[in-house]
Amino acid sequence: MRKYSIFAVAREAMRGHKGWPKQWTSPEPKKQYDVVIIGGGGHGLGTAYYLASKHGVRNIAVLEKGWLGGGNTGRNTTIIRSNYLYDESAGLYNHAIKLWGDLSQELNYNVMYSARGVMMLAHNVHDVQGAQRHIHANRLNGVQNEWLTPEQAKAYCPPLNISQTARYPVMGAALQRVGGVARHDAVAWGYARGASDLGVDIIQNCEVMGIKRGSNGAVEGVETTRGFIGSKKVGVVAAGHSSVLMQMAGVRMPLESYPLQALVSEPVKPVFPCVVMSNTVHAYISQSDKGELVIGAGTDQYTSYSPTGGLHIISHTLDAICEMFPIFTRMKMLRSWGGIVDVTPDRSPILAKTPVPGLYVNCGWGTGGFKATPGSADVFAHTIANDAPHSINAPFTLERFRTGRLIDEAAAAAVAH
Amino acid sequence: MLLIYCPYCQEERPELEFAHAGEAHIARPTNMADISDEEFETFFFIRSNPKGLAYERWRHVHGCGCFFNAVRDTVSDKFLATYKTGEPKPDIDSLTKKGDGK
Amino acid sequence: MSGANRIAGAGRLTPARKVRFMFDGEIYTGLEGDTLASALLANGVHLMGRSFKYHRPRGVLGAGSEEPNALMDISRDSARRQPNVRATVQEVFEGMRAGSQNRWPSLAFDVGAVNDMLSPMFAAGFYYKTFMWPKVAWQKLYEPFIRGAAGLGVAPDEPDPDHYSSRYEHVDVLVVGAGVAGLSAALAAAMSGASVILCDEQAGAGGALRYDTDVTIDGDNGYDWAQNTAAKLTAMDNVRVLTRTTAFGYYAQNFVALCERVTDHLSDPHPDLPRERLWQVRAQKVVLATGAIERHMVFADNDRPGIMLASAARAYLNHYGVAVGSKVGVYTANDSAYAAAFDLARAGVSVPAIVDTRDAPGEGLLSTAADLGIDVMTASAVVGAKGRRRISSMTVEGGRGKTQIPVDALITSAGWTPAVHLYSQSRGKVVWDPETERFLPGDNVQASVSVGGCNGVTGLQETVDEAIAAGRSAALGAGKSKRLSLRIEAAGAIDWSGGMSGSARGAGADSTAKTFVDFQNDVTAKDIRLAVREGMHSIEHVKRFTTNGMASDQGKTSNIHGLAIAAESLGRQMPEVGLTTFRPPYTPVTYGAIVNHSRGKLFDPARKTFSHAWSTKQGAVFEDVGNWKRAWYFPRAGEDMHAAVSRECKTVRETAGVFDASTLGKIEVVGPDAAKFLDLIYTNGWQKLAPGRCKYGIMLREDGFIYDDGVVARMAEDRFHVTTTTGGAPRVLNHMEDYLQTEFPDLDVWLTSTTEQWAVIAVQGPKARDIIAPLVEGIDLSNDAMPHMSVREGKICGAPTRLFRVSFTGEPGYEINVPAHYGQAVLEAVWKQAEPLGACAYGTETMHVLRAEKGFIIVGQDTDGTVTPHDAGLGWAIAKSKPDFVGIRGLKRPDLVAGGRKQLVGLKTKNPETVLEEGAQIVADPNQPTPMTMLGHVTSSYWSPNCGRSIAMALVAGGQDRMGDTLYVPMPDRTIEVEVTGMVFFDEKGERVNG
Repeated sequence: MRKYSIFAVAREAMRGHKGWPKQWTSPEPKKQYDVVIIGGGGHGLGTAYYLASKHGVRNIAVLEKGWLGGGNTGRNTTIIRSNYLYDESAGLYNHAIKLWGDLSQELNYNVMYSARGVMMLAHNVHDVQGAQRHIHANRLNGVQNEWLTPEQAKAYCPPLNISQTARYPVMGAALQRVGGVARHDAVAWGYARGASDLGVDIIQNCEVMGIKRGSNGAVEGVETTRGFIGSKKVGVVAAGHSSVLMQMAGVRMPLESYPLQALVSEPVKPVFPCVVMSNTVHAYISQSDKGELVIGAGTDQYTSYSPTGGLHIISHTLDAICEMFPIFTRMKMLRSWGGIVDVTPDRSPILAKTPVPGLYVNCGWGTGGFKATPGSADVFAHTIANDAPHSINAPFTLERFRTGRLIDEAAAAAVAH
Repeated sequence: MLLIYCPYCQEERPELEFAHAGEAHIARPTNMADISDEEFETFFFIRSNPKGLAYERWRHVHGCGCFFNAVRDTVSDKFLATYKTGEPKPDIDSLTKKGDGK
Repeated sequence: MSGANRIAGAGRLTPARKVRFMFDGEIYTGLEGDTLASALLANGVHLMGRSFKYHRPRGVLGAGSEEPNALMDISRDSARRQPNVRATVQEVFEGMRAGSQNRWPSLAFDVGAVNDMLSPMFAAGFYYKTFMWPKVAWQKLYEPFIRGAAGLGVAPDEPDPDHYSSRYEHVDVLVVGAGVAGLSAALAAAMSGASVILCDEQAGAGGALRYDTDVTIDGDNGYDWAQNTAAKLTAMDNVRVLTRTTAFGYYAQNFVALCERVTDHLSDPHPDLPRERLWQVRAQKVVLATGAIERHMVFADNDRPGIMLASAARAYLNHYGVAVGSKVGVYTANDSAYAAAFDLARAGVSVPAIVDTRDAPGEGLLSTAADLGIDVMTASAVVGAKGRRRISSMTVEGGRGKTQIPVDALITSAGWTPAVHLYSQSRGKVVWDPETERFLPGDNVQASVSVGGCNGVTGLQETVDEAIAAGRSAALGAGKSKRLSLRIEAAGAIDWSGGMSGSARGAGADSTAKTFVDFQNDVTAKDIRLAVREGMHSIEHVKRFTTNGMASDQGKTSNIHGLAIAAESLGRQMPEVGLTTFRPPYTPVTYGAIVNHSRGKLFDPARKTFSHAWSTKQGAVFEDVGNWKRAWYFPRAGEDMHAAVSRECKTVRETAGVFDASTLGKIEVVGPDAAKFLDLIYTNGWQKLAPGRCKYGIMLREDGFIYDDGVVARMAEDRFHVTTTTGGAPRVLNHMEDYLQTEFPDLDVWLTSTTEQWAVIAVQGPKARDIIAPLVEGIDLSNDAMPHMSVREGKICGAPTRLFRVSFTGEPGYEINVPAHYGQAVLEAVWKQAEPLGACAYGTETMHVLRAEKGFIIVGQDTDGTVTPHDAGLGWAIAKSKPDFVGIRGLKRPDLVAGGRKQLVGLKTKNPETVLEEGAQIVADPNQPTPMTMLGHVTSSYWSPNCGRSIAMALVAGGQDRMGDTLYVPMPDRTIEVEVTGMVFFDEKGERVNG
């Protein structure tokens, strides 16, 4: 692998950047692999990378039906945080945060992880109670998170309206300083480059049409638009399409897929220093390195595989943005888009073995999978390599929907009384 | 914003009047107390989530208040049919031939 | 004079109607109808901006919404300031202030331009390869630097004083684009009887006819025909013509969003006018007549100020009467630019040369050029341009060798790209036409049709015919079939076909020059080739790696060039590399327009109870509970919240208190099977509840977790008055309806929400009966006749009432339900009795404290969707003998019956003065390192004035087996010792309630 550095860039600058090699190669698929990963997003490519780099598995293919990072990896609003309530979630997301911290150096690819702080606003007494519960639990779990008064929140994010005459006045905020954003494409590309360098075959424009199981029920390989590819281990990391793929192996999932929209504004000079989220008025916002305000909307109410969504969803989000940040009313929406997110009944992911021997699944991240990318990929690689979960992802089973041992972060947010 | 035909009001109305209510034709077991953990999981958590034609429930919540069923293509979001609660699943073949029907 | 470059007799503006405006601190004069760009060009100003990355000086490229370069900060006053406005779209108005962006200290001298010299370092994606060392420097040093350099304009810094509006429309036919195609289609549809909306982003109708002055339609000059036709359409009752209105988003089921700019061109808009108006149009048929967008030529230094699109130069001349230069070079790969050259020459502008990449231009062009004395250099290319702040010469390479020709403007045309954006947004898949090398609309996925330039039609008559047919067919499709005989004769338009895409000669793979593809994002052909070299083989990767097409113009001029260069580098055909998806909006849309009325008080209208005014008069502080405003506490002079709540708590238990409980959800459950239905919905049994009696009920979700709770009263055999939590009211009704309609449809039951029908006044405390007794008629209030948990119907203050004897305080108490419009009168009457007895008004905070003193839970605070009735100590409320109820099976799942579940208990701090923090976590061993094993958390915690100590409730793992144990609550600065107790802290025997 050609090492990236300021010196390498300078050297290449002298000769018109003609010497850069391909970041990843695009070989023809082989007949047989030790592991096939279905899905070339951040989680899938990361899984391949860690399988190769930490578990010595080299004969791996990542199959992507379109282009790398073209799914939710390239469509999300890139928020990273780990201030989840339950021990299981805190363990998983905090593992990811630790990996985020060194990811650029690990991959020798600048993923631009920027710990600008994620501030979650509280607008009523109920929000305050919920935020405090998170902060206390996070502290005892070793997860950074702190309470800010409205004035401190305003100091941290000057555009914020903390007027007590607002419809839902800001009563305070939970701030996770290590939370922030990263460059989504770079995560996919960085993992792809790292994996490719370790011998992983990255195969784009290769759609899986079937999952073949042998007479003993175990996985034998996948039928694709580029022919049959054999493998005794198959990991499904296909986000919104997880139900469809798992169905190919005869496994019905506790998942529903919804369109989720996001939008960016025209670029402006730095005006918004952090990430702000509000569950009560439904909006989240940050500013990208390029200067665009990056705004996340909610899901549409119906299940769909069409990432279009309705204008009223965006409108509802912008209502909230302009209420919290009245100076942004004259800003302009430059581009809006959607993705398909797979949602579990308890809003927590499934990162597990399945009833089918040799078939593993990493799905159910809902609206917030990007933040977990390195952590998810790391423990999923462990699960595939050892045919047993890592202690961090052990609770994120499929079986929990039978036993009732859910990890229900959404329920914990409860409802107004 | 989708337009949805309410089979009770017999009118096409904007999506804002409706609430999506999940997959259709999942009947609550009549012997609820006696089903196994697996059966409960299947009933309560497992969903078809099809890419293509989906049977789903809607409620005309800001209208007549009735729950009804629909067949919608989850790729195009086009409705092929809406029908009243309790009516059988419509015949898909005839619907797909008809195209953008109500 | 409105600018030295204004040509007398040219253009359509009126010389007398002058407008003064400011640009970068200097006052200029333009004409009414000028865009900022045309007015500046008239004044000889070409330098209008700086590019994003290299801060290269930039002039105007186009004359419409595709403009990538001339982005300005426009303001009317300090609060009405807008960054990133296209100077080619913004019309000048008297007093307008415009400023250039992304430069410091000035547009002419910009320190950031040093980036241009360092540009070899700043190749596409360079930032992915560096800024990684040392690690901390990314966030401390590099990122702030990059951020400061990026961004174009400066965001507004004051709240927006303008208002915005919104309209919904249903029409038979929506026509997008009021050029010749759109006008023809609209006319055909309207004359067939269809209702029509015709919209166009420009200030007036005409489209390409604004500049294409050679067109004749029905004997008129094309532009005049367009104005007459627009006027004719405007006069029709079934037509709405919207100018300055951009169709920006095409959503499912022919839902198209338009943004109308109402006042941004006016010097003194009436304050009642909205600044912009959002139109949400549902059309039976959408006719897309969006035309085509000209592409620039990609050659070395093609971004010099003064280099612009040929059609733009023609628009500046023919519409605005402005010559873009005195010596204008032309560089083209197709015929259409010749018309611009000829118009300029005829207007007296020197056109030293037309450089044509082709060997043979179209028929007749050479002779016309010769007549006008223009030198046409065929099979030639412009390979360079000089002049930093304004082009001074072009370098031409061709049959005659290399020559340098002095020019002060250079107009270019590589060809035309059909504007398929809205078609693509409608989920249509564009199809590559190999013959004309264009992407054209394929099958229509929605009820839409593309006509004219956006459909790849070249001939004018063909366009008109197609548009008329489309308009007619759209009307027929909507059932409008008035007889139509419409024939429009049109001729003389430029030929839009032909041209090239990708880099021109001399700008190929071996070139080291800066050949710009995407001006605003400073993406050059080199960058695109680099992306391909590095393995970015999908056009989406190329786009993301180079940012080509991601600037505020969304690649209107650059996408096809970028694709062509990528395809060439990959050795593939363009369609194999793919075209990026077009996403809404077509051009950027103001948030204000999308938000329109949902601001301030209309953002999310507050729900207020009947007592709001009364409570306000009593000095209440309100809290938000869901959408409701509820009285939180009633501070008296000098009292803080703590003091007020303490007083209220004591007063209620010593005397009495009055509380507005109206927000609790209320559902009337009526019918012969009402009790049977409630048996299925609640865990409790209802058959045996006698009319006139109340019972506390719990309902679960199917998974066994507590969903809601409340008191249910049986009014009659077949009638129940159900109450729910405040936040739960709508979803509980939905939950009940769902089961009633779909699972238990055989039950004869009706459900009606009565939350807003009843005002509910709670009177609680030892003197409650004394307070209400004088007001009540027809109800025996004695303990024997009306014990705790009973309900009676009668009258209070003459108003009909459902009077409940219920208590959420543990004191004797009543909840007076009266029809909502009697609420205020009854409350005032009650208060008149209560106040002299020393009772107080109390709010939600005191309600919370009093119920916690009694160990009553609040669903949503002490439970959170993971709590079963057993966990909450409410196992007694589950009927043992019922064969079925919602949640019966979920409750039996392995994890819900496992040991060690979190259970609700009471907590007492060892130091009674210490009040725990709600949400604080509980551990058994305070000395473990993190991560600590958390047993649970404090759900409710208060200072209890009646107990004289702090009290708390908590969910604790195995809590019911830990009674008397000492546990710990670790806080950041200390650890608090607590004892696990029962949940009843006051009047443990519960005797007071019967008082």
